[in-house]
Amino acid sequence: MHGRFVRVAEEDRPKVELYVDGRVCHALEGDTVLVAVLSQFQHLRESEFGDGDRAGFCLMGACQDCWVWTPSGDRLRACSTQVGSGLSILTRPPGEDIWPNPT
Amino acid sequence: MAAPVNNKATDVIIVGGGLMGASTALFLRHRGRSVRLIERGLVGQQASGVNFGNIRRQGRRLDQLPLSNRARAIWQRLPELVGENCEYLCSGQLRVSYEAEGAQDLEAYAREAREYGLELEIIGPQSLRRRYPWLGHDIILGSLAPEDGHANPRLTAPAFGRAALKAGALIEENTEVQAIEKSGEDFQVQTVSGDSFRAPIVMLAAGAWAAPFADHFGEPIPLVSRGPQMGVTEPVPYRIKPSVGVKTRVPGETVYLRQVERGNIVFGGGMRNEVDLETNRVYPRPEYTLHQLPLLRRLMPGIEKLRIIRVWSGIEGYLPDDQPVMGPSDKVPGLYYAFGFSGAGFQIGPGVGDVMAELIATGASSTPIDSFHIRRFAATT
Amino acid sequence: MAQPNVVIIGAGPAGVRAAQTLVAAGLRPTVVDEGMRSGGQIYRRQPAGFKRPYQALYGFEAKKARAVHDTFDDLTTAIDYRPETLAWNIAGNTLHLVANNVADTLDFDALILATGATDRLLPVRGWTLPGCFSLGAAQIALKAQACAIGRRVVFLGTGPLLYLISYQYAKAGVDVAAVLDTSPFSGQLRALPLMASRPSLLAKGLYYRAQLMLRRIPVHSGVTPLQIEGESTVSAVRFRGATGGVKTISADAVGMGFHLRSETQLADLALCEFVFDETLSQWAPSADADGRSSIPGVYLAGDGVRILGADAAEITGELAALAALSDFEMPVSAHQVEILRHSRERMERFRRGLAMAFPWPALLARVVEDDVLLCRCEAITAGELRSSANCLGAPELNRSKALVRVGMGRCQGRYCGHAAAEVLAHTRGESLQDAGRLRGQGPVKPLSVNTRTGVR
Repeated sequence: MHGRFVRVAEEDRPKVELYVDGRVCHALEGDTVLVAVLSQFQHLRESEFGDGDRAGFCLMGACQDCWVWTPSGDRLRACSTQVGSGLSILTRPPGEDIWPNPT
Repeated sequence: MAAPVNNKATDVIIVGGGLMGASTALFLRHRGRSVRLIERGLVGQQASGVNFGNIRRQGRRLDQLPLSNRARAIWQRLPELVGENCEYLCSGQLRVSYEAEGAQDLEAYAREAREYGLELEIIGPQSLRRRYPWLGHDIILGSLAPEDGHANPRLTAPAFGRAALKAGALIEENTEVQAIEKSGEDFQVQTVSGDSFRAPIVMLAAGAWAAPFADHFGEPIPLVSRGPQMGVTEPVPYRIKPSVGVKTRVPGETVYLRQVERGNIVFGGGMRNEVDLETNRVYPRPEYTLHQLPLLRRLMPGIEKLRIIRVWSGIEGYLPDDQPVMGPSDKVPGLYYAFGFSGAGFQIGPGVGDVMAELIATGASSTPIDSFHIRRFAATT
Repeated sequence: MAQPNVVIIGAGPAGVRAAQTLVAAGLRPTVVDEGMRSGGQIYRRQPAGFKRPYQALYGFEAKKARAVHDTFDDLTTAIDYRPETLAWNIAGNTLHLVANNVADTLDFDALILATGATDRLLPVRGWTLPGCFSLGAAQIALKAQACAIGRRVVFLGTGPLLYLISYQYAKAGVDVAAVLDTSPFSGQLRALPLMASRPSLLAKGLYYRAQLMLRRIPVHSGVTPLQIEGESTVSAVRFRGATGGVKTISADAVGMGFHLRSETQLADLALCEFVFDETLSQWAPSADADGRSSIPGVYLAGDGVRILGADAAEITGELAALAALSDFEMPVSAHQVEILRHSRERMERFRRGLAMAFPWPALLARVVEDDVLLCRCEAITAGELRSSANCLGAPELNRSKALVRVGMGRCQGRYCGHAAAEVLAHTRGESLQDAGRLRGQGPVKPLSVNTRTGVR
C-alpha cells in the first residue's frame, strides 16, 4: 500500500514517527497529521453514515472532514494538528472501553 | 369526515401551530370535526421544535402522570398516526443525583409515582457503575424509567401537522392572528393580513404568545417566556442508550443529555435565556454554554472528548407553578386553552392533543386535567 | 475617550493592513487568528524549518506576500497578538475566544472581521471519495506542506484559482492530467473588457493558461462534470465536453472548486444584516464603501465580506480601520480614503469580469441527481433535500435543515449551503433569494466540551 500525497520538496527535515491504527507511519517534522497519514496511507477516517472512507477535503480547518480518534479517546483535527513523536491515531472509532467509558 | 360548509368557517379554530395545536387538529379530524389551524410561522418552529426531546413520564408532577400515560400510548403508535417515527427511541430515562437531597427526592418520587403506574427502578452507585460505566463517578443514586425515551422535536410537530392536513384540517401557516373576538355564538379570528375566520370554538395554543389573548378574554395569566440553552455534539458511535438528567435542588445545575442513533449527543439545561417577544428573538448566550460544560463532564466524563457543533435556543412559555394552562376557559363558552407547558410539553403533547379533542368534541375529558385549569390564576388578578 | 479597544479577527492581508493602520494611529489593537502564523490562506506561511524561497511559494505574488508577512512581524510588539485562537461566538460587544481549550472573553469598542474565505463547492457524483479535495486544499498541500495531493491530478471547477493551482502543480513537476473548467470559453472572451481593469491580473491569468498549453496539459472549457469515479478512492474523472462528447481521464486525485465563499459566521452571530446580491447570486453581510456593517462598531474587510482577492483585502482592511478611526473621531486623511475607495472600485469591476468569465455553474447544482451526496458531513443526498420541499413543505433552507439535516453537520453548511440553495430554489420553482440562507449558529467551529474557563 502506498500513500496518497506525494512529497515534492522539503524532504530534508527531521524524521518523526507516529502510529496509525498501530502501524508505524514515517513523517517529517512540520507535517500536519493529515499529510503524515496520507503520505503513507489512503484514508483518514470512515464516514459515520455509511458512505465509506474519507481523507479530508479542505486542508484549512473549515470542512471538519478530517477529525480522527486517538487510542486514549481524544479527537483531533488532522489538518490543523502538527505531528509529534509518538502520536497515535486511529482511523476507526475506538471500542467502548475507550469511549465513552473513562479509562 | 365532513368538510367545512363555508370556506371561512369551521367547527374549530386552533390558534398556534406547535405540537399542541397540530396534534389537537389531527385528533379533532379523527372525531369528524372541521378544523382550521392558524400558525404565525411554520408548524412546530417554536418551543415544540427547539426543546430537548425527552419523552419522559419520570419527573413530572404527579397530577400530570395520567395525561402522560395517555400520551405514551400515542407515542407507541406514532408511525400509524403520522406516518413516521420521529426518531422515537424507547430506550429509558435515567435521573441521577450527586447528593443526599437529590437522592431523597428520587426515592420519594419513585414511591409516589408507582400509584400512577410509573414503575421506576432505583439503582445504587455500584450497580450504576456496572450498568452504565460511562456515568460520572460521584453519582450516588440513579432512578431509571425503562419505558421512557426520547425523539426528535424538530420532526414531531411538523409530522402531526402534515398528518392533520392529510386528514382534512385546514392549515394556515405564515398567518399571524391579530385579534380573537366573540360575538354571539361564534368567534371571529382576524389575521394581521386582513383575513377573517369564524368558528363556534377556539382553542388557544399559542405558547409564549398566549397571554394577550387570554387577557383579552378576562383571564390574565402570569406567563413568562424563556429560552432553553441547547447544544449538540458531533456524531460519535451510538453507545449511550438512556436519556440522562441530573436531579438536584441547586438552581442552574440541572443538565441533561441524550444520544441519538446517528450519534450526536443533544444536551441542555443550566441557565435559561431572556426572550424578546417584540422581535421573537432569543440568542443562546455563549457563557451559558460554557457554564454547561463542567456539568456535562461531571455527568458523563467521556463527553469531554467531543466537540459541540451547534447551539440553539427558542421560546418557551412558563407559568409560575410550572404547570400548563389546559382546559376550557372559565369565562367564555367555546374557548379552550392549551399553552404554557413550562419546558415540559414534548412528551405529553400528543396526549394534550387527544385530550383537548375529546374535551372539545364531547364536553369532557376522560383524563384528569383539572389541576391545569386557568381558574387557578383568577385570584392573582 | 481612553484608547478605544479594537479587535481584529484574522491575520491575512486584510487583518494585517487593518492592524498596521490602527497602530500607525497610535492604537494597540488585538489580532485574533486561528492559524499558527500570519498570512491567512493566500499568503499562508510554510512551517518553521521549511526552506523554499518566497518565489517558489508565491510566484508572482512573492513580493506582496513578503510585504504582508514582514509588516505583521514588525507589528507584533505593538499589538496584542493571539495566534491559534478561535473566536467561537460573540454577544453584544463581547467576543468569545478559545485557545488550547481555554475560553476567554474580549470586550471591544470596535471589531474588524477579516475572516477570509473558503472554496465554494457544488456536489459532483463521487466528490466524497478519498482523493477528492478542494482547490484550496491542493494549494495548501503544495504551499504549506510541499506535497501534491496525488500522483496524477485532475483540476476541476472554475475561476482564476483553477488555473493558478494547475500551473503551480505543473511547475512543481506533478502530473496534471487535465484542467476541466465548467465555464465556456466564450464567456471568458466576453469578460475581457471588464478584466482589463486590472491588466496585470489578466496578464497573469493568460500566462498560467499559456504555461499549461506549453506543457501540453489538456484544458477543457465548458465542461459538465459527470462523475468522480472510483470504488473507495479516486480513479478517474468522467465529464462531458463542450461539444457533447463524454471523456474519462484517469487520475488518483481531484482538486475541485468554483470560486470562493466568504466566511461570514461571526458577522452573522454579531447580528449583521445580510443582503442578497443579485449579480453574484449570493448573500453577503451588508457593508458600506468602507466596510461598516449594519451593526455600529462592527466592520468587515477582505474576502470575509466580498470575494475581491488579496490585493483588495489589503485595501479594504485599511479602509475598515480608517472607518473605525473616523467613527472614533480620530483624524483620518480623507484623501487617503478616496484613493483606497477608488482602488477598491477598480477591483470590483474586475470581480464582475471574473463572474462573467467564470460563472458559478448554477445549473449544474440545480440538476444534481437525487442519489448524489449534497451534504458531506451528514451524507444527505440531493434527493432528500428535494423531498424536504416536495413532501415536507419546506419553503426555505433553514426548514429543510431542520427536517432533513442538510447543513447540520460539523461544517455547518460551509460546503453544501450554496448548492443546497440552488437545489431548493429549483425544486420549488422560486428565486434563489427566496430559498434563503442558512442562519448562523454558534460555535463558529467545533468547540471542545473540555473547554475550561481560565484567567488569562
